[in-house]
Amino acid sequence: MSAQALTYLFVGLSFTLYIGIAIWSRAESTNDFYVAGKGVNPVANGMATAADWMSASSFISMAGLISFLGKDGAVYLMGWTGGYVLLALLLAPYLRKFGQYTVPDFIGTRYYSKTARLVAVLCLIFISFTYVAGQMRGVGIVFSRFLEVEINIGVIIGMIVVFFYAVLGGMKGITYTQVAQYCVMIFAYLVPAIFISILITGNPIPQLGFGDTLVNSSTYLLDKLDQLSIDLGFNAYTESTKSNIDIFCITAALMFGTAGLPHVIVRFFTVPKVSDARKSAGYALICIAILYTTAPAVAAFSRVNFIESIQEKSYLDSPDWFKNWENIGLIAWKDKNEDGLINYSVGKAFEEGRPDYLDSRGPQGEREIKNPITKNNDNEVYIDQDIMVLANPEIAKLPAWVMALVAAGGLAAALSTAAGLLLVISSSISHDLLKKTFMPKINEKQELFYARCSAAIAIFIAGLFGIYPPGFVAQVVAFAFGLAASTIFPAIFLGIFFKRLNKEGAIFGMLGGLLFTSSYIIFFKFISPELNNPENWLFGISPEGIGFLGMFVNFVIAVFVSALTAKPPIEVEQMVDKIRLP
Amino acid sequence: MTDKEYWKANIRLLIILLSIWFMIWFGFGIILSDFLDEFSIGGFKLGFWFAQQGSIYGFVILIFVYVFAMNRIEKKLKDNKEDKN
Repeated sequence: MSAQALTYLFVGLSFTLYIGIAIWSRAESTNDFYVAGKGVNPVANGMATAADWMSASSFISMAGLISFLGKDGAVYLMGWTGGYVLLALLLAPYLRKFGQYTVPDFIGTRYYSKTARLVAVLCLIFISFTYVAGQMRGVGIVFSRFLEVEINIGVIIGMIVVFFYAVLGGMKGITYTQVAQYCVMIFAYLVPAIFISILITGNPIPQLGFGDTLVNSSTYLLDKLDQLSIDLGFNAYTESTKSNIDIFCITAALMFGTAGLPHVIVRFFTVPKVSDARKSAGYALICIAILYTTAPAVAAFSRVNFIESIQEKSYLDSPDWFKNWENIGLIAWKDKNEDGLINYSVGKAFEEGRPDYLDSRGPQGEREIKNPITKNNDNEVYIDQDIMVLANPEIAKLPAWVMALVAAGGLAAALSTAAGLLLVISSSISHDLLKKTFMPKINEKQELFYARCSAAIAIFIAGLFGIYPPGFVAQVVAFAFGLAASTIFPAIFLGIFFKRLNKEGAIFGMLGGLLFTSSYIIFFKFISPELNNPENWLFGISPEGIGFLGMFVNFVIAVFVSALTAKPPIEVEQMVDKIRLP
Repeated sequence: MTDKEYWKANIRLLIILLSIWFMIWFGFGIILSDFLDEFSIGGFKLGFWFAQQGSIYGFVILIFVYVFAMNRIEKKLKDNKEDKN
């Protein structure tokens, strides 16, 4: 069977499975729709949380990012796993004890205020839509490369599948499809990694393989990679280049942001007991760690393979994957020194970021580009980091079914996260905005109907983001984590651990964190991107790490304003006492 | 164990575990990383290994230590309540 037929088969089978599960686990009540009836086994919830959390960017982009960053890539590895320790120790068990449906529910009840609830809804919707946009782009890339359909049709197919299980099944349907998606995703990630590890080092465990020696040689892989990087003018792969303060702040912002992401938090509302919430966070992190410890190995392998398979090869003899991805628009080559060979080295090959292709072909058959050529370096290759994982099996010349598997895995990662996000958006609209604020008289059946409607509308908007991708997606990811770290995390954390905090403190704290973080990011990412360098940053902290400082702004304002205003009512203090006990 | 003692024991455990958590990523993963790079295990420089592998294993272990310790504290609280009844 051809690679494409195999891909259709794998993707088709996995989609059938997801829809089958959706029909089997339909939601009958709001309790089912919002929190899966609170009956999810902690191991299953751990797997579902892992699928919920690991998005298209974990599956498709992360290893590529690390392979270009080298050691500094650790900010993502540590930042996106360390947050689970915070979640398990500081939030999950108490929120499960609280026992309501959504994150704004907790904030609205704890701070006895509709305003606090609305501020939380606002932050939640902003964070979640930012995130969804990235997932839909992932779906589009996979469809266009592996199934050779228009990106738009790919996005629409993805929307229909998510519609099925999110609208029908709510949290219950999402949970069990996420368990299946986790299995598909992790299998699809490990199989090529193991293959490549064996090919390069002879060691079948990628986590050990990338510290092993190369096949038929006594040189260590990482030493060779350091050497290759230095030869091409890059920094040594295993050395760090960023300042410690910036690494610290980015890692911390990602950790506290992870702990404050509504779609992750809400998964811990679905287990039967408080002790299950703790256990479940542990299982979730194991499931995540399997992929996250494999990713840096994949990064190192693909970097070596990538350099070795193109460097100083003539374009005519270059591998098929190079031309395939060039046709998709994620690789470009400009023969600056006109020797017909591909010369890859440090620096940007041409100005203005992404390649802007002309319709014509160059002397070797390469796609010509409009962008002005940079004169200060010899690099001739533009490569989009996102393709490293997807192209990896091709670069390593693995069998066609492995590529098909990777396509199914990438879709599983994108769809599972999209569904989780769409669910928190729809439940915050039907439950927090309608039932608890503007339409308190609706009965449960009507609320369930509104929940399904808002899920459908949210899917539609997410689909539009996929078809007309806003150019700012990459820039706003920092936003999602920064806002989660500076608004939602502090509000919940202080709500549990600081009884004296009243509604004024919480509201002003959240608004302060929101304002501080967003104005810093907007200034450096949108208003004056030319100033975005360490000399102009506050304390040397990049926009990616500013959420951590925003969290402290929130803390200080919240505590200060609380001290000046009235104590919270006695019922609230009793409620806090209650959630502190198992 | 009373409710108050339970909460105190919980906070004490959190402080200990979060200090270890901080040590793992900030200590070994960032500040001491260059120093640790002078040692190696197999083909890994130790600092590099900690930043890209070891810290993640550390986080997993930390959560399970917490689960185990909290279950014990919780059991004490329960036994005490049953004694009173």
